[in-house]
Parts: sequence; structure tokens; C-alpha cells
Amino acid sequence: MKARVTVTLKSGILDPQGKAIEGALRSLGVDGIASVRQGKVFDIELAGTDRAKAEAALKEAADKLLANTVIENYRVEVTG
Amino acid sequence: MKSAVLVFPGINRERDMARALALISGVAPAMVWHAETALPAGTDLVVIPGGFSYGDYLRCGAIAARAPIMDAVRAHAAKGGLVLAICNGFQIACEAGLLPGVLMRNAQIKFVCKDVYLRVERSNTPFTRGYNAGQVVRVPVAHGEGNYVADPATVERLEAEGRVLYRYVSPAGGLDAAWNHNGSTNAIAGIVNERGNVLGMMPHPENHVEASMGCTDGRGLFAGLVEHVARAA
Repeated sequence: MKARVTVTLKSGILDPQGKAIEGALRSLGVDGIASVRQGKVFDIELAGTDRAKAEAALKEAADKLLANTVIENYRVEVTG
Repeated sequence: MKSAVLVFPGINRERDMARALALISGVAPAMVWHAETALPAGTDLVVIPGGFSYGDYLRCGAIAARAPIMDAVRAHAAKGGLVLAICNGFQIACEAGLLPGVLMRNAQIKFVCKDVYLRVERSNTPFTRGYNAGQVVRVPVAHGEGNYVADPATVERLEAEGRVLYRYVSPAGGLDAAWNHNGSTNAIAGIVNERGNVLGMMPHPENHVEASMGCTDGRGLFAGLVEHVARAA
């Protein structure tokens, strides 16, 4: 089974990296970008076939390590 | 004072710290590898030094914070034992839940390596008793992620409980955005936990302890700790 965990900054948390990327896009002349916030994507392969177990394991992984829930939100998707 | 300096892969300030501790306390610290599960018996002070543990992968300090030795550090802190967490150590302590908040990318997205000025906010703590309240000290910083952030309620609590011990200020001691080089909330440079026995700070007092370093302003922090431990004994 494959899964994806997406970690993003909570709204209201200052994102200097996103701001820098936003500025770079502007200087490249890419039109129509209002704002950028950056985050992380983890593509994970799971050993078992039990979907509910997989989701629980991924949630545990995100809570314990992948995300710092003081500043970040995460989303877990089992993709097949 | 018996101290223990934690060593993680990618840490690079542990020898500076060991030298400062040996110089000021008169006793060389134990160097404790991250895979250990216990601290040396009778450890008074645990130091989590600066550097780039695990190459800052994932988030600064995130992986080191989950190392086996950290359970022993949490137990040490829970018993009231002293913990000094400097730079990457501060990031590790926040990730480990020993201190609230998080160190974000510097607001101007630059790695900053220079001397800064810190105001000692109060002197009646183990980590500041070597100074006077309001005293300004010059200490180096070297970090890209030192921008202290916490939710407003946490920041309010830190301030109300007098847990901000060091703040970035101008050489004259005034609050000034131009001297808050990383954009930290309320110019916070160093905080303690609720119990007051765990200090996290981004600057490196261990690098200003000998005349040959050009400044000895960092000595007070270590001298204060030595005095605190001697009096408690």
C-alpha cells in the first residue's frame, strides 16, 4: 500500500521560505501568484494491507515525528 | 558541578562547551552519546550543545529530540535537574517538549553569525545569578533558525511568569527591531520551562569565556550555575 502525508504550516504562522519563493516567482515574471506557503510531502510505502491500520500508523508517524503540531497541520491519504 | 554534554551526529559545538565547563567548573564534563539510555550517576547539569544534529533533516532538532538519551534527559528534568540547551540544543529541547514553542527560519531568511547583545531580564535564577538584572552582555550567535515562535497564550504566560531570561537588545540595552536579528517574538533569546530548571537559548555563551576569545561575557552563565549547584549541595 502507498500513502502520502502532507505537512503544511498552520495559518497565521510566518513562513519566510514561502515569502522568498513568492518573491522569486515575481522576479521570474510568473503572473497571477497572490501568495505562496511551502510545506512537505512524504511518500510512504506500507507493509500490510489493512487500510485502517495503515491510517492509524500514518497518524502516529505524523504526530510523533513528521509534523510539529505546534506550528504544522498534516493530512494523511492512503493512495492505493 | 558534574555536567554531561550530549553528543549527536552532526553536533559541532560540544568541544567548545566541554572546554568552557572544564575551565569554569574545574571539572571536565562527561560526553554522552545519543544512543545511551542513562546519564552518568550524580549529573547536576545536562548540556544539549549546538550544531546541526542529523543535518537539520526534517526540522532542526526533530530527529535528535527522539534519540534514546532524551528519555533520560526528560527524567533528569522532571526530578528538577538542570538542563542547558544552546542553539541546536534549544531547537532539540523544544522538539522534545522540554520547552514550549519552536524556532522558525530567521525572519530575514539569512544565516546570521555575529556577536549580539543580550539583556539579562532577572538574576534570581540558576542560569542568570552570575549577572545582574538588566545587565547587557555580548555573546555570539550562529544560526539560520532562531526565530522564536509560540502561540499568543504561551508567549503571554512566558512573560507573565518571568520565564524570558535573555532578550536581544541594542548595545545600550533597549528593545529595538534592528537588534532583534532573527525576528523572534518579543526579541526572545532564551526561556526557561515552568519549573525554571531547563534553559533554552540561541546564543553561544560558551564562546565568550576566555580573554583570547576577545570577550568573557559568557562566563557569568556558567559561574552562576556552578554557584547554584554548590549552594544546593
